[in-house]
Amino acid sequence: MSNPKKHTLDPNKWIVLYADYLFNYAIVRVDDHDLAKDLVQETFYSGLKGMANFRGQASERTWLISILKRKIIDHYRKINSIKGKKEVRVNFYADGDNKGSWMEERVPESWGNNAEKKIENEELKTALDECIENLPEKYRIVFMLKTVQNYETEEICNELDITASNLWVIIHRARQQLRRCLEDNWFKK
Amino acid sequence: MNRKLLISCEEATSICNKNQYGEASMWDKIRLGLHSLGCVHCKTYSTQNNILTKLMGNHSNSCSNSGHLTDEDKTELEDNLSGKLKK
Repeated sequence: MSNPKKHTLDPNKWIVLYADYLFNYAIVRVDDHDLAKDLVQETFYSGLKGMANFRGQASERTWLISILKRKIIDHYRKINSIKGKKEVRVNFYADGDNKGSWMEERVPESWGNNAEKKIENEELKTALDECIENLPEKYRIVFMLKTVQNYETEEICNELDITASNLWVIIHRARQQLRRCLEDNWFKK
Repeated sequence: MNRKLLISCEEATSICNKNQYGEASMWDKIRLGLHSLGCVHCKTYSTQNNILTKLMGNHSNSCSNSGHLTDEDKTELEDNLSGKLKK
């Protein structure tokens, strides 16, 4: 058996070798340029601090990615615990005889018969983008990973360290909010 | 597994959302279908949810994931990191 190659670290080359790779990894997951950049920055910092712990079994790149993964989870934990005022309004009665039924004032309104045909429209895309922007970050990240990046449920749960039922509650809320937002800002106008 | 045949609007919309990703079970779909027969609001919700899914499909074709690191970004990273390296 040949001796496994012992990997080494060379922080002076990190930016040149890995900045783009790490950034691409992060941007897909957080969908925000500045945030992705910050996460890469923090990854390098933590890498520097933790150099003594590097045992040379994994490649430098794999090691840095594992730090970045942790950073993404930490970031998600942080925003997930914030209860902001942007929290989605409830659409259903929470108790009483009508528990689980649509609240009268939150009932979906018809978008008209030709709503289907209206979807090939640039302005509508802009309206949708704005609605997505307005989602709380913790919903937006999960919704985009699931819907645009087409990640498997299990993958997202691993990446963000959340449970499947957690994920579906988030998707549920995100879609309700988007539906409502499109109705208010586009179809009703 | 939840064996209840009749579900609330909240449960129906939740199944409808799962179904957008092909992840609702057969049993869920039966319950959703049955519920929607008698509930005009959830039927409307389902129609609109399908439209949203279509819109998002077009969205993913048109967006290219907000860019890459610019040269300025890299210089900034470089400066910050070398500051730490000297310490």
